[in-house]
Amino acid sequence: RAMELPPGHFPAARAAAVAVEYLRYLRGGPGSGLRLRELQRARRQDIDDVGHKYYLELELEDVLDKDRTVSCTAEVLYHLGSTTSAPDVQLTVQGELRSTEEADKEFYNRIRSLEKELVAENIPDSHGNVPPELEPIHLLAWVASGYVIWQNSTENTKFHLAQVKHVKQVKRNDEDLQFDFVLLLHEMVSQEVLPWEVTLLWHPQRGARVPQSRAAGAGS
Amino acid sequence: DQVLHIVPETIQQVQHLQLLCSTFMLDLWKPLLPEDIRAGEDLHIRVPAPLVQEMKDSLAQHMISYRVLIPDVQKLVDQSMPRERSSHRQVSGGYVYTEYHPMEEIYQWMTQIQKNNSELVTQHILGKTFENRTMYYLQISQPSNKTKKIIWMDCGIHAREWISPAFCQWFVKEILQNYKTDPKISRFLQNLDFYVLPVLNIDGYIYSWEEDRLWRKSRSPYENGTCYGTDLNRNFNSSWGSVGVSFNCSSDVFCGSGPESEPETRAVAQFIKSKKSDILCYLTIHSYGQLILTPYGSTTKPPSNNEELMQVAKEAAAALKGKYGTSYRVGSTASILYSNSGSSRDWAHTIGIPLSYTFELRDTGTHGFVLPADQIQPTCEETM
Repeated sequence: RAMELPPGHFPAARAAAVAVEYLRYLRGGPGSGLRLRELQRARRQDIDDVGHKYYLELELEDVLDKDRTVSCTAEVLYHLGSTTSAPDVQLTVQGELRSTEEADKEFYNRIRSLEKELVAENIPDSHGNVPPELEPIHLLAWVASGYVIWQNSTENTKFHLAQVKHVKQVKRNDEDLQFDFVLLLHEMVSQEVLPWEVTLLWHPQRGARVPQSRAAGAGS
Repeated sequence: DQVLHIVPETIQQVQHLQLLCSTFMLDLWKPLLPEDIRAGEDLHIRVPAPLVQEMKDSLAQHMISYRVLIPDVQKLVDQSMPRERSSHRQVSGGYVYTEYHPMEEIYQWMTQIQKNNSELVTQHILGKTFENRTMYYLQISQPSNKTKKIIWMDCGIHAREWISPAFCQWFVKEILQNYKTDPKISRFLQNLDFYVLPVLNIDGYIYSWEEDRLWRKSRSPYENGTCYGTDLNRNFNSSWGSVGVSFNCSSDVFCGSGPESEPETRAVAQFIKSKKSDILCYLTIHSYGQLILTPYGSTTKPPSNNEELMQVAKEAAAALKGKYGTSYRVGSTASILYSNSGSSRDWAHTIGIPLSYTFELRDTGTHGFVLPADQIQPTCEETM
């Protein structure tokens, strides 16, 4: 009972974006970032009293290793009439993602040993540049925005991280790294740029967690 | 020369590859030494052009699968070299087209371009922006006794889409630099005039340089000066105010107080109306999304010449992809993107301009509006 959708049309494209953002949250880190290369196939099933479920076949690439692609099948369920619950996403990734163990460890040690807490703004800058030493922070911002976008997406939205407005490291007594971000999210349908305050905790083995996030005060 | 990507699966394959490397004296990119080739690990080899076929045959014979990583090494080398001042005529003394330029510099550029290419280029006033800045367009027209059809292209209707004005400037430069030597361009100019508006929303563009990089709209005040800007691409008289807009000034898709309420919109609309019987094609350049969008945004009902519109767009997307492999999706705004009304492209089509397109340039969201300047060149080259 699932209907085939043209992958180029917006309903499929929006669901694919949610799947990618969710995957970024799950699997991203300072040494790796995934991007959608192609949405190969999309189907939709309207489930009475439940919602709309999208079945997707995606090809993804690692932005730091562009000739490496992985395939992914995803199911994205938008709950009926809900603007408060996040879509359910299930994914299966075929193929191996590049191991970032070394890079992650190096980054972790570098940040832990900083005397002064890291602070940065406007990543990328107006001309699209990211200084190489801030690239891992940029990729962690993708993890953070991946979470926020997944949690706040509906069939009528398509979010992308437009820019990291501000990031501040917060030293902790436990082993996690903490970064407090102000992220600017671009929403395609309304064309709004929405500032979000997001706290990200990250650990090389345990991965990422977002203990808190909220839409920031009045924007532009 | 090609670079091949191989992942050898067995020791026999590793040994065969090592043999090929030493026999043909191949250039190993990864790993560096033949003795470091391992089963299950990536191998990148550069194969000189005369040996490519023999190499591929040998791999096939030994059931070793490969992928072409770089199909043309020289091309890549050429691309990565900074563009030397070529022996081409100076189009405009040393202007750097691979950087983003503030409005002041774009104004100066237009003056220079006309001065250096006065046999072909004239600069004209289109109108004024809300903040009273002059809107200029460039007319590229080869003197001739026949009347020519017009292709109109505007860039920068949305302030934050910096790659768009960069493309208009690049486009002008390419035409002027190559019209004498490139047969395609010279044929175009025999039959067509190009009218290029490098920055439509000048006030917004300046604001995005000075105050807010992600600003989209114009800078006209509403609600007693407590709120600024109309989305100029919702302000045209095509199903104005019907869908995909907001009547609230604080929205990024605020459609203005009425169709053509904004001076920038009126300036463009008046001009296009006056020339409409000669305009063959209306192009408006945006970012991002990698899309070639056809009418309409306000309805999924296709325009009368949809087949022709789609065919031309598909050919354009194919040509674009042929350059660097960049994929562009093609279709109407209402099916590909979202519903909207009051767009310049829809309006141009409804007044009778047959070929009317919105281009959404690179990328698909990785950088979005803040596209790095090092992508200006490939974006512009593929779009040309």
